[in-house]
Amino acid sequence: MNHWLTILTLVPFLGGIVIAGLGAERKNLVRGLALAASLVGLGGALCMWLHFDPKSGGLQFVEKFDWVPSLGIQYFLGVDGLGLLMVLLTAIVTPLAILASWRMDDRAHVYHALILWLQAGLFGTFTALNFFHWFLFWELGLIPAFFLIKLWGGPKRGPAATQFFIYTMVGSVALLLSFLAIRLATGSFDFIELAGMAKSGVLVTKLQAAFGWKNIGLIIFFGAFLGFAVKVPVIPFHTWLPAAYSEAPSPVTMLLTGVMSKMGVYGFLRILLPIFPEQIRAVLIPLLWLAVATIVLSACAAFAQKDIKRMIAYSSINHLGYCLLALFAATAVATGVNNSDLQKAAALDGVLLQMFNHGLTASALFLFVALLEKRSGGLRGLDDFGGLRKIIPVFTGLMGISIFSSLGLPGLNGFVGEFLIFKGVFPLAPWAAAVSTIGLLVTAIFLLTLIQRVFCGPLNERWAKMPDLTTAERFLVLPSIALMFVLGIWPQFILGAVDATVVKLVQQLNF
Amino acid sequence: MNPVNYLQILQLAAPETIVTLTVLVVLGADVTVLRGKSIAARFNIGALLAILGCASAALLAFMRHIEANLFNGLLVVSPSSDFFKVALLVLTIFTILISTSGKFTDHVGEYLSLILLGTIGLMFLVSTEDLLMVFIALEFASLALYILTAFNKHNEKSAEAALKYFLFGGMSAAFLLFGFSLLYGIAGSTNLREIALGIAGKGFDPLLLVALVTTVIGFGFKVAAVPFHLWAPDAYEGAPTPSAAFIGSGSKVASFYVLAKIFTLGFIGAEGSAAYHNFLSGWTPVIAIVAALSMVLGNLTAIVQSSVKRLLAYSAIAHAGYMLLGILSNTPVSASAMMFYVITYALTTIGAFGVVTVVEEATGSDTIANFRGLSRRAPGLALCLMIFLLSLGGIPPLAGFIAKFFLFSAVVNAGANLGLLWLVILAIAMSAVSFYYYLRVLKAAYVEDAAEAAPAIQVPLLTFLALVLLAFLVILFGVAPGLLTQFL
Amino acid sequence: MLAWTIYITFFGVLVLMLLPRDNARAARIVALLTAIAGCVVAFVGAIQQANPGEVTTIVKVPWIPSIGANYYLAADGISLVLVVLTGLAAVSGILFSWNIEKRTKEFFAFYLALIGGVYGVFLSFDVLLLFVFYELTIIPKYFLIARWGSTRKEYGAMKLALYSFVGSHLVLIGLIAAWVVAKGQLGHASLDLIELSKVAFPVAFQHWVFPLVFVGFAILAGMWPFHTWAPTGHVAAPTAGSMLLAGVVMKLGAYGCLRVAMVMFPEGVREWQWAIAALAVAGIVYGAGVALVQRDFKFVIGYSSVSHMGFVLLGLATLNTIGLDGAVLQMFSHGIIAGLLFGVVGRMVYDRTHTRDFNDLETMQLGKLIPFAGVTFVIAGVASMGLPGFSGFVAEFQVLMGAWSVFPKLTILSGVGILIGVAYTLRAVQKGFYSDAPPKSVDHDHPFEPITIAERFGAVMLIGASLIIGLFPGLLMNWIEPCFNSPLSMFARLLVKGGSQ
Repeated sequence: MNHWLTILTLVPFLGGIVIAGLGAERKNLVRGLALAASLVGLGGALCMWLHFDPKSGGLQFVEKFDWVPSLGIQYFLGVDGLGLLMVLLTAIVTPLAILASWRMDDRAHVYHALILWLQAGLFGTFTALNFFHWFLFWELGLIPAFFLIKLWGGPKRGPAATQFFIYTMVGSVALLLSFLAIRLATGSFDFIELAGMAKSGVLVTKLQAAFGWKNIGLIIFFGAFLGFAVKVPVIPFHTWLPAAYSEAPSPVTMLLTGVMSKMGVYGFLRILLPIFPEQIRAVLIPLLWLAVATIVLSACAAFAQKDIKRMIAYSSINHLGYCLLALFAATAVATGVNNSDLQKAAALDGVLLQMFNHGLTASALFLFVALLEKRSGGLRGLDDFGGLRKIIPVFTGLMGISIFSSLGLPGLNGFVGEFLIFKGVFPLAPWAAAVSTIGLLVTAIFLLTLIQRVFCGPLNERWAKMPDLTTAERFLVLPSIALMFVLGIWPQFILGAVDATVVKLVQQLNF
Repeated sequence: MNPVNYLQILQLAAPETIVTLTVLVVLGADVTVLRGKSIAARFNIGALLAILGCASAALLAFMRHIEANLFNGLLVVSPSSDFFKVALLVLTIFTILISTSGKFTDHVGEYLSLILLGTIGLMFLVSTEDLLMVFIALEFASLALYILTAFNKHNEKSAEAALKYFLFGGMSAAFLLFGFSLLYGIAGSTNLREIALGIAGKGFDPLLLVALVTTVIGFGFKVAAVPFHLWAPDAYEGAPTPSAAFIGSGSKVASFYVLAKIFTLGFIGAEGSAAYHNFLSGWTPVIAIVAALSMVLGNLTAIVQSSVKRLLAYSAIAHAGYMLLGILSNTPVSASAMMFYVITYALTTIGAFGVVTVVEEATGSDTIANFRGLSRRAPGLALCLMIFLLSLGGIPPLAGFIAKFFLFSAVVNAGANLGLLWLVILAIAMSAVSFYYYLRVLKAAYVEDAAEAAPAIQVPLLTFLALVLLAFLVILFGVAPGLLTQFL
Repeated sequence: MLAWTIYITFFGVLVLMLLPRDNARAARIVALLTAIAGCVVAFVGAIQQANPGEVTTIVKVPWIPSIGANYYLAADGISLVLVVLTGLAAVSGILFSWNIEKRTKEFFAFYLALIGGVYGVFLSFDVLLLFVFYELTIIPKYFLIARWGSTRKEYGAMKLALYSFVGSHLVLIGLIAAWVVAKGQLGHASLDLIELSKVAFPVAFQHWVFPLVFVGFAILAGMWPFHTWAPTGHVAAPTAGSMLLAGVVMKLGAYGCLRVAMVMFPEGVREWQWAIAALAVAGIVYGAGVALVQRDFKFVIGYSSVSHMGFVLLGLATLNTIGLDGAVLQMFSHGIIAGLLFGVVGRMVYDRTHTRDFNDLETMQLGKLIPFAGVTFVIAGVASMGLPGFSGFVAEFQVLMGAWSVFPKLTILSGVGILIGVAYTLRAVQKGFYSDAPPKSVDHDHPFEPITIAERFGAVMLIGASLIIGLFPGLLMNWIEPCFNSPLSMFARLLVKGGSQ
């Protein structure tokens, strides 16, 4: 039995403890150690990526033994393509976030410890396969995030952090109650086992037997749905997000949007889709409308923002909306659609790709915002700048690439994901896909507006002396930019690894 | 009828005789040998003599195991009555011990002898089954108590209290006599067992009812049960504290003993029923009402008292209510539970009054405010006070708790089909109330600080020993009640 | 072995009483050593107990034969859990009151007397003996609060004492009635819990006597609407006092409900099951709601205790194995966590700042001035809101699971209570430690006394306990579960026709 995944989770966790114990004085040591820990994580993740067998759609690196037998709780870790992808994304974004906050001096030891704990929580969430400790990590990630916003955030950080926490907890409690009910009816917390039950239809029968309500399955589903919908977020559960993203320090926002928001989508893929396909199907139309609304409304909201950070925050909602659209569409009973399995696989492939891409791109964008803020002394209004392209051309160029990646320019990574999603969704739910294209359009408009207002036009004299990217900063953004190109041109790099997983998921959905 | 054998009387009444001799010795010593000595010395030596006498009488009563019935129940000696004599003597000893530090009188000899004389009356009270003798013994003891109440000449309240006590007592005696005479008229005898035979079969006639009610009224005064309790708070407050202790302990034990005897022996067949689902007229419902009133009124009135002695007086009324439950449930178990209750209550109450005596001597008054800071000024005394009051409040593992448990469980057990549960519920509810006022006193002693830098209180050694011993007994009978119940 | 917890503790009281009056240091050390000895004995004894599912007799000698009372100490898994909890709470409470200067010796004497009584309750298998120990705890409680407390201490103390006393008298009525009926059925007087747990009391009798006894105990468990003593009592109490109140004394009530009321009157429970659950959930939601709007830091924790104890009662009301498991585990968990919260608020914050008003605390930025307190409170708060990884989660998790099958709607409602719990904890964290309000000028000449070693030890011990149980609930579940699972256990009758599935 190997312990790759446990070690992977423990490294940042223990690193965080060590760093917290170092004290506030030894700032450089703290930063160095934090970076080292996160790089170890990255190394580990890459190592696993290399050892991962892409042909098998099943779980790998499995660790499984009894934990609390009386409650049916097992220590059950494992990753398939989906989990591994998310682990990799986490491993990539965390060192970037640490580097982006290199000059952070205020209580640096606590800050870095919190970031590492957040990473540990994320690793745990993406690898746990038993509800009990999955939930443990799911919540564990929340607390560092709360404090990172609360202690190092912008002027309105207090309410923002509270709102973030409470919203997420509402979802978590609903989720918890749902799973308790499931555990009660089935005696299991094991995601894989539950998925099997769902496929054979036993789950609903058992739930009905235990509770005597006809619609219990749906009620339980809504509880779980709420948990993930808040995290993604789905409109109308999104209101915590703009405040949290914009008040959090930018490196933290990188983590929030890059990885934490993926927890929600991951939950949909890992839990809701396999365990509640029937229920999703029963309320498919409203769910699709929700996804469409998320896509369109968030794009429009982004368009109305005056603050760059809030704008990107809303665009984040928009991007994950596509994932949901594809997710829900993939459950549709696609009679009369040719090769419906293929379409579904395409859509889900798109979802996975989109998750990774968005993690990469959005964190890069927030990184650029962080760098811009550093230069402007904290200003980040859309109208505070103008004509920057003349004085900081490299910055402009690289941020431009990220923006274009975000709006889905072919050749960059964003395109492939969205393309696959639309390709899959159109035959399955044509009307929803059609309405959603409005979102694509509006996204293009507001991102171009961003470029125009900030980088083009007459130069705002105030920023005449703004320095361009330093060498260190260039190296900092380089990996992200490079990956954007690589994945844009060679998406197979990821698709190859996740394809088998997706095929298996599609099989799970068909019965 | 056999010719009177005086030697036999002397033998049977030996404990009483010893106490009587002790009275003479104490009086004689006080006027001869101790003349001119300080009050403290007179008290100490007199008390020593009195205690010696009581102790030897108690020893005698304890050691002999005879059973005798003289003059058709006029003088009944049995292990049970002997045990109560022992209890009375022990209570007397403790009363004397806590009196020794008293400065309320310079008539030491008289004071001690009166206590002893009262004790003699009470001793006769418990060893008779004849109404006439009951009456005589009761009045004999009462006379002593009236005077004891008036003994504090420095305090006007003392005389007032004594007068009040005397008037009420006299009235109650009249009622009692009236009731007894009616009983005699109905049954044609003053012997309790014969009265029972006489009543039996005659049905429940109005005359019996009047006799019953007047008897209850008469004893109601003696044991200070509501609504015949009005003398008690004034008497307790005005009397010298050791006298109050004696009224609250010894006289109570004897009164309850004889009360139980009269009702359970003499009124067989006229019980009626106080069960809530089966209310029948008879003596139990009458006592039930008196008991309920005593518990409620005693406890509620005690809450608002500021004088600790008055507080103890009202609590005594309440406790009388509980004890009456033991009588009305009318089974051997409940009777012995009641006697356990009375004895432990008497011990506790002497202890409580003992502490009050010391505090009163040291601070000049017995208001709750004067107890402030007692835990600093006299830690041992405060601890004793805590034990006594908590026992009165019924906190385990003290005697008061186990007594309540015995009594209440016996009462519930007595009524068929849990019929008497309502009284027990009332009693338990009221005992929860009582906790509040006991705690008020303890709060002053333990929580509040003395007003100014009050000096430590010197506790007289004899008194302190007595208190510690009492506290020990209260704990002992709480933890190992079997030591006492085996005699009851 | 376990009986020595009681003896050692009371011996400690005696030693303390004999110490010279002004030697505070000696008093502290004696108290600490006594508590540690008790704790160690509790641990060792608990581990040694071979079969936690069965009632293992420690000592049984006749006490008052005439009423069937025995001096009967024994333990099953549930007792073990609570005895260990008491040991931990006792030690940490002393560590958190190391700074008591006023009449130290008496403080610790009362403190240990309380602990001794609590040990006694958890180990008694004779109803009368249990009741004796139960009442024995009332007096020390009263004096600890009235003498060493703060904020309306005399009122709080008296309220607590009277509520406890009224509750215990309700119990007494029920016990006497039950004793009489049992005597009729058994043919001999008995107060033996095991024996009484086999008596089939008439159903009609159970229907009225059960609520009496249950409510009597539940008053001390802080059951809504009889909870009002809890917040005032907790607030008024000195730190160690509130730690013990919330930590173990409230458990006495819940324990009594389970061990006496429910075991003796199973039909009564079934009759009133829904009412208990409804009151429990009302307590959960109400306690949390009120905690949300408090200005006094300690009131927040006080009301949160009411809310958390609601979970215990809810678990009891489920009458299924998992719910009862959860209830017992929640007793342990809340004991640890509430102790910790009160330790932070009472000792670390109040003793330094002399205020618990959020409006004042907001201006102090305590998170920066005494970071250890801030971090401890955050951890305790996280544990208290029932986040996984801590004991509270495993416990509430099982309670809710048990409740789902019996009261689905109430379960959902209690979810709301959890959420409000999150909200008030966050609010307390923010206002108490990490506020954004403009800081008042700090008096740099008189900085706060740094967190002492004793405090650190106490906090780490409690956090560790909560964490260990959170991650390895099996440690305690192995004790608790067999008690309910065994068909021979005293609870079997309770579960036979239980409301589950």
